[in-house]
Amino acid sequence: MTSYTSWAYVPTSTQKAIKPAWMDFDLGATTGSLLPYGNGRSYGDSCLNSSGLVIDSKSLNRFISFDTEQGILRCEAGTMFADILQFIVPTGWFLPVTPGTKYVTLGGAIANDVHGKNHHHDGTIGRHIRCFELLRSDGKSLICSPKENTDFFAATIGGLGLTGFISWAEIQLIKIPSPFMSVETTVFHGLEEFQTLSEQANTNHRYSVAWLDCASSGKDFARGLFMVGDHANSDKEEKERVLEPKISVPFNLPKQMINKYSVKAFNTLYFNKNRLNEGKIIYQHYDSFFYPLDGIGNWNRIYGSQGFYQYQFVVPSSQLSVMEQALNKIVASGLGSFLAVLKEFGDLPSPGMLSFPSPGLCLALDFANRGETTLALLQQLDQLVINAGGKVYPAKDVRMPQAAFQSYYPNYEEFEAYIDPRFISDFWRRVSEKKS
Amino acid sequence: MKKNLKTETIVIFGATSEVAQRVARIHAKAGDSMILIARNQTHLDSIKADLLLRGASNIDSLYSDFDNMKEHQNLLKQIEQKSEDIAKYYFFYGMLPDQKACENSWEMTYDALTTNFLSVVSLLTHIANKVEKETDRGIIVISSVAGDRGRQSNYIYGTGKGALTLFLQGLRNRLHPSNCTVTTIKPGFIDTPMTKDFDKGILWASADKVADDIYKAAAKGKNEVYTPRFWAVIMLVIKSIPEAIFKRLNL
Repeated sequence: MTSYTSWAYVPTSTQKAIKPAWMDFDLGATTGSLLPYGNGRSYGDSCLNSSGLVIDSKSLNRFISFDTEQGILRCEAGTMFADILQFIVPTGWFLPVTPGTKYVTLGGAIANDVHGKNHHHDGTIGRHIRCFELLRSDGKSLICSPKENTDFFAATIGGLGLTGFISWAEIQLIKIPSPFMSVETTVFHGLEEFQTLSEQANTNHRYSVAWLDCASSGKDFARGLFMVGDHANSDKEEKERVLEPKISVPFNLPKQMINKYSVKAFNTLYFNKNRLNEGKIIYQHYDSFFYPLDGIGNWNRIYGSQGFYQYQFVVPSSQLSVMEQALNKIVASGLGSFLAVLKEFGDLPSPGMLSFPSPGLCLALDFANRGETTLALLQQLDQLVINAGGKVYPAKDVRMPQAAFQSYYPNYEEFEAYIDPRFISDFWRRVSEKKS
Repeated sequence: MKKNLKTETIVIFGATSEVAQRVARIHAKAGDSMILIARNQTHLDSIKADLLLRGASNIDSLYSDFDNMKEHQNLLKQIEQKSEDIAKYYFFYGMLPDQKACENSWEMTYDALTTNFLSVVSLLTHIANKVEKETDRGIIVISSVAGDRGRQSNYIYGTGKGALTLFLQGLRNRLHPSNCTVTTIKPGFIDTPMTKDFDKGILWASADKVADDIYKAAAKGKNEVYTPRFWAVIMLVIKSIPEAIFKRLNL
């Protein structure tokens, strides 16, 4: 019996699973509640169904068709981005949108309507999905696209796997001149400087993202590194280099490893190392540009066996002061993380009903699990986000209270109509619990 | 640097197994041609599309129920019509019977032995006579660590695989003068989607890792190969336990 977890190891529960080998598997032959499971990279409980089954889609990883002229790829939903990239990059194509790890499945990417460093330019992945097949527990299968079954198309994109099982999907790729990226880094001090940089860069560059120091206060408060990138024309190296995890964290580290001092030291070190590149245009392989953490296998284990919390939220761009307040709280708590990522989302709408990204400032960070202390901080952040009219990302959540969810996603009732009656997740149980 | 390897044609019996598909993908990347044989045409079609996209130069697929041994000669004729120059024959099919059910049913035991042993022997009887007249051919068969020693929890499966291992030893010996290799693969536990419990996880290997080992063993024409390799050590220990003690163990 294999065990199924989420990426943050919070929560821990025993998860039963089925693993269909073919797309024509009989959903009706199962009993109990169901939830699709991709590669388990959702951080919290949106990918778990502890009182029922998950449908492990990893064996459904075959390519179905590829139009090399138009860049249209159709494959089974359990196909990983890593496999897709290996396949398409040599032909001059690239994923239109990718999250910070390539170890996600296509089905999982759709269910969470993932975004990337090019959100201001290309929006979420949902905008690039041409169609998919949705298997429902009543035995029906629906082909969904912007033209057909449009309501299920909208509900399934960002629908957290609750509307049925995606068996295959077709995606529109983007053309690239080489596997390399041209990257430029700029140091900023303070969120206003970030916003100015971001607004300038977003008109000129396809990709932009910032790393934010969440440990320093005083004159170093809200310092960070702003990075822009574009697909590079120059094919500097002909030989394709594929970065496989070289360093790996073989077991969960003791919790003493992550503390105020180690986090602060890391942040300072990272800041100073990378500012050396300021102003220079460097060429990077797409792998190290998009997936720096994939180079460290099982990086989630640095937080030890008690796991960690990830918190990602977006607030409207006008609410810069809210972002500042949030950051103040995080710095003051000393619970701040190694990896805080700041990004200004653009205004390209997603077709997804329950999609997370919306125009504004988005911050993602992780917190070692310190029990009540951590939860209390997250609750304070919730309040700030709610008041600012923002949202928190379900893919990274394990604790969002129901009231908060309903404030972030006011159209949840509209969405509920499309949920497959047999599909549910631990996340959904929590946020949809009926209180009488 | 591009390696200038010659492409080849291979045959896969039981092409719809998970590990077979992974091995086929490696061959596809090398630009090889394949003749895939299995029981489900729909599944064969989806594998065929996948492998062609991954670089296979040609894919033929044939339907066969391997248990129907009367059809084997006919099947091999069909294969011959597809290609006269077959470099490798892979055998991936097999079934894991319910041990307890087999203990109460000779029919089920017979079926398990037919699939796991007799049908392979039937096919290889014909194939051996063909490759003996050729040269540099490879026969690669998936046996199992379960065939190394009989245990109460799965000895019907183990018997089929153990007998198969023995048969292949003899065949290897016989085909050696024709420069044909016979490779016996003994996999341990295959496939682990991320397991939280690391200690438990180390006995498990991913289908990709096993497929990689199989491909390499086939390319080198190895004799008997455990995959992952540490199973050789485990089985050495298990085989060395005296029977007087072993029979008392609850394995």
